[in-house]
Amino acid sequence: MSLTSMPTYLPVRKYQNIRKACMNDISVLIGGKAGDGINSAGSLVAQLLNHLGYSIYLYFDYPSLIRGGHNFAIIRGSKNNIGTCWNHVDFVLALNEETLEQHKERYTPDTVIIFNADQVKSTGQGIPVTAILAAEHAPAIMGNSAVIGGFAKTAGIPWDSVEAVFRAHIPKGIDLNLIVARRAYGLAETVRTVGKTAQPPRALLTGNEAIGLGLVKGGLDAYISYPMTPSSSLLHFLAEYHDKFGIMVVHPENEIAVMLMALGFAYSGKRSAVGTSGGGFCLMTEGLSLAGMAELPVVLVVSQRTGPSTGLPTYTAQSDLHFILHAGQGEYPRLIVAPGDVQESLYWSEIAMNMAWKFQIPAFILADKTLSEGTYSVDPEAVPEVPEVELPGWAGTTPYLRYAATPSGISPLAFPGKKDAVIKVNSYAHDEAGITTEEAALVGQMTRKRMVKETGLSEEIQGYPGVTVSGVPDAPTALLCWGSTKGVCNEIASLLGLRVIRPVVLFPFPLTQLKKAIAGVRKLIVVEENVTAQLAMLAEQHGIHVDERVLRYDGRPFVPDELLVTIKEMMA
Amino acid sequence: MTGREVITGTQNTWCPGCGNFSIQHTLKNILMEREQAGQSLDDVVLVSGIGCHAKIADYLNINSFYALHGRSIPVATGIKLANPRLTVICCTGDGDSYAEGLDHLIFAAKRNIDITVIVHNNRVYGLTTGQYTPTSPLGFKGKSTPSGTAEYPFNPLELMLASGATYIARGYTKKMELLKNLILGGIGHRGFAFIDVLQICATFFPVADYYSPRIYELSGHDPADFESACKKAREWDYNNDAPIALGTFFRRTLARFDEKMAVREMLPEERNKAIRDLLLERM
Repeated sequence: MSLTSMPTYLPVRKYQNIRKACMNDISVLIGGKAGDGINSAGSLVAQLLNHLGYSIYLYFDYPSLIRGGHNFAIIRGSKNNIGTCWNHVDFVLALNEETLEQHKERYTPDTVIIFNADQVKSTGQGIPVTAILAAEHAPAIMGNSAVIGGFAKTAGIPWDSVEAVFRAHIPKGIDLNLIVARRAYGLAETVRTVGKTAQPPRALLTGNEAIGLGLVKGGLDAYISYPMTPSSSLLHFLAEYHDKFGIMVVHPENEIAVMLMALGFAYSGKRSAVGTSGGGFCLMTEGLSLAGMAELPVVLVVSQRTGPSTGLPTYTAQSDLHFILHAGQGEYPRLIVAPGDVQESLYWSEIAMNMAWKFQIPAFILADKTLSEGTYSVDPEAVPEVPEVELPGWAGTTPYLRYAATPSGISPLAFPGKKDAVIKVNSYAHDEAGITTEEAALVGQMTRKRMVKETGLSEEIQGYPGVTVSGVPDAPTALLCWGSTKGVCNEIASLLGLRVIRPVVLFPFPLTQLKKAIAGVRKLIVVEENVTAQLAMLAEQHGIHVDERVLRYDGRPFVPDELLVTIKEMMA
Repeated sequence: MTGREVITGTQNTWCPGCGNFSIQHTLKNILMEREQAGQSLDDVVLVSGIGCHAKIADYLNINSFYALHGRSIPVATGIKLANPRLTVICCTGDGDSYAEGLDHLIFAAKRNIDITVIVHNNRVYGLTTGQYTPTSPLGFKGKSTPSGTAEYPFNPLELMLASGATYIARGYTKKMELLKNLILGGIGHRGFAFIDVLQICATFFPVADYYSPRIYELSGHDPADFESACKKAREWDYNNDAPIALGTFFRRTLARFDEKMAVREMLPEERNKAIRDLLLERM
């Protein structure tokens, strides 16, 4: 494969091309240096738009450092469900000069700039942050409230909305924050009014939070993880809420211990999950293979970032699919699902837990930085109910055999403490009782016992929407994508009249569902955030021909502007 | 289960004269006495690593998790956290817990997780046919170091003292009554119990003649005295020619990891309400 033949991301196209597409939209960029609280200020802006009835997607961009460096968030509100941000922005909230410098290509003639007048010289709405804070005897940390107050007035957002959002989402010092915001609100002018929509506010969650909630819904007892971006916010979220959800959260010495501890929980009958990114997952692979051999259920959340090796810790990628497909020595069944947004994360994380336990296998939730740390709107009522799964128990009438042969390959479960059961699990090849064996016929029989579960899993998972079709369902040109590129692909497909085919289940490969989804397609274009087109490879292994590959591998997610132009050129 | 046969029918493949027989026999007696005292063996779990020692998981007819090389301790930690009512015993080797899985040993001691770790310390890799381990003496000639090792052994007792273990003992397979008492003491101890067991490898490091004249039982030593425990632990550093003390070097009571981490039981309805509340919070 020649790399030069691959389309990489193109220069930014002029906003005029897509202005019509964003008629129902509002896009706000807030930028400053690391440590300025950009993420929480961005969340507050997102809640303001949420309360005006917009669907939200928030993209947070930050380098891998604690203080200094440029951080920014783009908050997009739309009347449609979204999962991506266009290049242009309608409002810029600049906490420093660098924000204005770095994002010039995003301005349109209508872009309104709201800025901290102490730090930035610009035209637009200057907020005298220092003077406001001094007048109200407020600490520096409340400076962002002044800027947001100024933004709200500039965007014509009624004060009562601002007050309601502040009261609901600022944990400390609410009264003083409101006084500060109100002062700035009084000083700014309304330049461009952002209208209300008819939609009620919805819940805003990051992908990692949604994965955590899905796992809790799936009966999670323990979450075990060693910090690694972009999975860490899942550890932080579950640690913060562990008491409310009644779960144990453990941060052990390394990812090797993480995986093995999780298997200790599973052996004892407790539902466990682990979370990491590619580098941490490298250390988990020996434990993963043990889960396969010992038939211990466990859910692994792997949130991808740019590799190889340390790569770009805080940027995105979809380059670990084949690693996850093949990780761990030997052969054993596994489930891999890649949700595309928050709603799917809630739904599929619960399913992953259920399937891990039903089939006594490792199950993966494959995410990436874009999904894990992106914030999306979700209507909890719209998340489909996940059917409960029954687990076979031990009747107690015959001696307990941990690996008892059954037609499905699924052996009844019992856990230590169970009266009269001797429960032996083993990393060596073993017999039905779990005792080590090297006897050829028995090894063959037990290998088949494990692998027949893959057939069952493959059949079972077909009862779920493992391949989605969106856009124009009978269009002859289709985008093939997976995971977090759902948002960007859906958006350009609706503009260009394309079909979007997206496997959520990546293993066992949902060939039947995919073939159905692909019927009538004359041109199949894969869109992936990696350099080797890993989904295309997987599809071609199953006899599905991919015509074109659109790839991005610089750590940044696809932007609709660029993707639209690239795909349009391919269609010509 | 009462009156169970504590040894499985699995064919034993340890070499004749292997020190592992003594440890297995000791554990068997402890288990049988436990059952006779009316304590069910259903609540006991044995976790082993990989190596000659680990075959004990196949040989003892109790709940067992035959884990990976070096990884028995994190598995045991997970089991104890998941179900604190279980008695969790970890059999590991010196290659296992002093090399491949050293980090887990240190962290288990640091956490004071309530498990009992028995290190079958034969100071050689047996199953991989004779390479040096972290406790082999300087100059040990093994298959990977034919000219002799160029590194000193470390002293596991000293390491455990530094790591915060709350029960530290050393036994010897040819002193079985003492060994039994040390293991029983470890199981009875509420917290992290560490027992380094000197055992010979009949094939690759048969040093009974070295140990037997040098060993002695600690007496008049106060295991609550950390300084004195350090001094006793340093007397023999696994390399020098010195008397080898056996017994309980150190013991103290500290809050346990499993007790501090305990989570209250929650009904599904309560949990669902917590999820709904959180979603409302995010609106």
